[in-house]
Amino acid sequence: MFNILRARLHQQYRTYPFPEKAPVLSPRYTGRPQIKTSGCVADCTACAKVCPSGAISRSSEGRPVIDLGRCLFCRACEAACPSGLISFSKEFSMPASRREDLIVNSESFNTARALPEEFRKLFGRSLKLRQVSAGGCNACEADCNVLTTPAFDLGRFGIQFVASPRHADGLLVTGPVTQNMKLALLKSYDALPSPKIVIATGACAISGGIFRDNAEVNNGIGDIIPVDLYIPGCPPNPWTILDGMLRLMGRI
Amino acid sequence: MKKHVKSKNAAVVKFADIQIVDNQQFRKDLAALIADNCRLSALFLLPRSGQNLILAAVSDDSDATIQLFATPCQKEFASLTPDVPQAHWFEREINELHGIEMPGHPWLKPIRFVPKDNGKSEVLPGVTNYFEVSGEEIHEVAVGPVHAGVIEPGHFRFQCHGEKVLHLEIELGYQHRGIERALLRSQPHQNLRLIEVAAGDSTIAHTTAHAMLLESLHCLKTDKNAELVRGVALELERMANHTGDLGALAGDVGFLPTASYCGRIRGDILNTTAVICGNRFGRGLIRPGGVSYTVDKALVATLLERLALIEADLKSAIGLIWSTPSVVARFEETGNVSKEDALAIGLVGPAGRASGLPVDIRCSHPFGAYKQHKPELPVGRNGDVFWRARIRWLELKESVRLIRAMLAEIDNAVVAPAYSSPAAADSIAVALTEGWRGEVCHVAVTDKSGGLAAYKVIDPSFHNWYGLALALRNQEISDFPLCNKSFNLSYCGHDL
Repeated sequence: MFNILRARLHQQYRTYPFPEKAPVLSPRYTGRPQIKTSGCVADCTACAKVCPSGAISRSSEGRPVIDLGRCLFCRACEAACPSGLISFSKEFSMPASRREDLIVNSESFNTARALPEEFRKLFGRSLKLRQVSAGGCNACEADCNVLTTPAFDLGRFGIQFVASPRHADGLLVTGPVTQNMKLALLKSYDALPSPKIVIATGACAISGGIFRDNAEVNNGIGDIIPVDLYIPGCPPNPWTILDGMLRLMGRI
Repeated sequence: MKKHVKSKNAAVVKFADIQIVDNQQFRKDLAALIADNCRLSALFLLPRSGQNLILAAVSDDSDATIQLFATPCQKEFASLTPDVPQAHWFEREINELHGIEMPGHPWLKPIRFVPKDNGKSEVLPGVTNYFEVSGEEIHEVAVGPVHAGVIEPGHFRFQCHGEKVLHLEIELGYQHRGIERALLRSQPHQNLRLIEVAAGDSTIAHTTAHAMLLESLHCLKTDKNAELVRGVALELERMANHTGDLGALAGDVGFLPTASYCGRIRGDILNTTAVICGNRFGRGLIRPGGVSYTVDKALVATLLERLALIEADLKSAIGLIWSTPSVVARFEETGNVSKEDALAIGLVGPAGRASGLPVDIRCSHPFGAYKQHKPELPVGRNGDVFWRARIRWLELKESVRLIRAMLAEIDNAVVAPAYSSPAAADSIAVALTEGWRGEVCHVAVTDKSGGLAAYKVIDPSFHNWYGLALALRNQEISDFPLCNKSFNLSYCGHDL
């Protein structure tokens, strides 16, 4: 008993005051990319060549375009671009409401909107999520799990991961959706009472990521179930995931 | 017994040097080696110059070698499993991937339910015959693929008598993403990313093995500083996961203080990895030839500072487990795996050590920084949840010591240069590393132009899932979550 109390004193109060205060991230953290709009060398494909997931291409306006839904945030393009057009910022907030909002071709970004008013009435203060891993490598899963620890304390926002889809308001899906998990994902989705929302977390769930076009996987959940929120990253930082959830609920 | 080629960890062997013996001799030699305390690290089918070969990589912990030998394989291949139980899962894999009949195998069925080549056709994993126990009061419990927690999918089928589990059968494959096939058609920079996510919580262990293979095949020299950084990252990975597991074990027996603290401390350890490379899981840190990030004295000081705080928090949080009798009582004598069983099925990593097997690649086949920095090897007694927890704690303390020792030697790690040297042609190399779950084995085979002809990834979970099934024998079904967490195996690492 005394040991438990002593440990409690040692461990202190560690819940971080997010979103009031910005989280402290590693100085080497790779956040949202930004692209300068002029100076792209004609016929240069250096960035596209080094991208492992085919996330980057050259737009018709002659500048790099990154699909954040496929980006692994490996920074290879940043190093390869001879004109230095691509840079990765420290901005951890990058959720999107629409798939096309993840296409980055400038320094601006369309951050996710809150759910429509009638949804927010239902979910704005209490959002129960069922997590389904459909080929996730356990990194996205781990960074969702960590949100339930005291450092993040997901519960204080009324968000909770629940044990059954029947108890849930929404699905949070990770992984590219392997052929072998497609049916289970669909069944989980169908088991959710309506109205329901879907959050695609990580490059795999959004686009298939590094597994895109493998015969063994689907290219993310987009063609299988409707998506309300995209959270890019490989894996997304836990703050990025939490930020996305709170924006969806209209609390940031 | 024939004399077979002995390779060192990640050393290149000319394929022509591998003895191809007849099936009888292969069986005899493999059985003799396993009886002599060697371990089957890899067994797979390899199409080579017009015939199919079955190739074995057998690790000998006594002299840090890996023996390689092969035998031709027709449409039918008499199963090795009755003589060498360690082969059972490998043979099921060969049967599933190549359609080889294996008469004599006690339980020949798919392990991954790999979709057919056209890919998009509907497959139904887990729809198969299960081992059944019959009787008036026997009932069957099916769990998964979707589980109650935030966890990967898999299917568990229990045969129960009342609360007692007579048999557990585990069906996986839901996570199969086709990594080994993709490795053969992708570019090297893509392969590194594929390996990083083979098992996303063991990124460092897998990428280190992959980098070691490429370094020997391409004759790249690694800098001592880079090897130390890899060692530090691998120990941080071990610490993060062991901490998470100990917290989850405490949570599963309803002891919330440790569960809460460990969840957070685990995050602190992941964030320490992020101090090195920006990513909490070590993505992008390791590359062939060394590392992708610089580590100088200033960064070393930061890491040491963080480590001291983490160490104090860990002692306070995890010490509670051992001083709380109600927790220890729940751990003890739950989910036992005997040493004999562990040896027979080839358990690796902390699970194997908990059952009394002194297996650790860092000690037996040292690689990189571990050639200088050897860990103490804690070994448990009766392979129960208590020892699987206890071993993790002992290893955690050892990891802290190793990290300090390695950091002290780092002068200035720099980014490894790009390489363009060709790979050795017609060769094979086997790399072993010790991830937090145990032995990670990568095998690369090159063709006559140095291109990849085959690449095998064997995650420790491949060996250990059957250990979980054995741990459940004669346990109460309510102990399943606790037993499962005490192994905490990778679904995607198994399914790849």
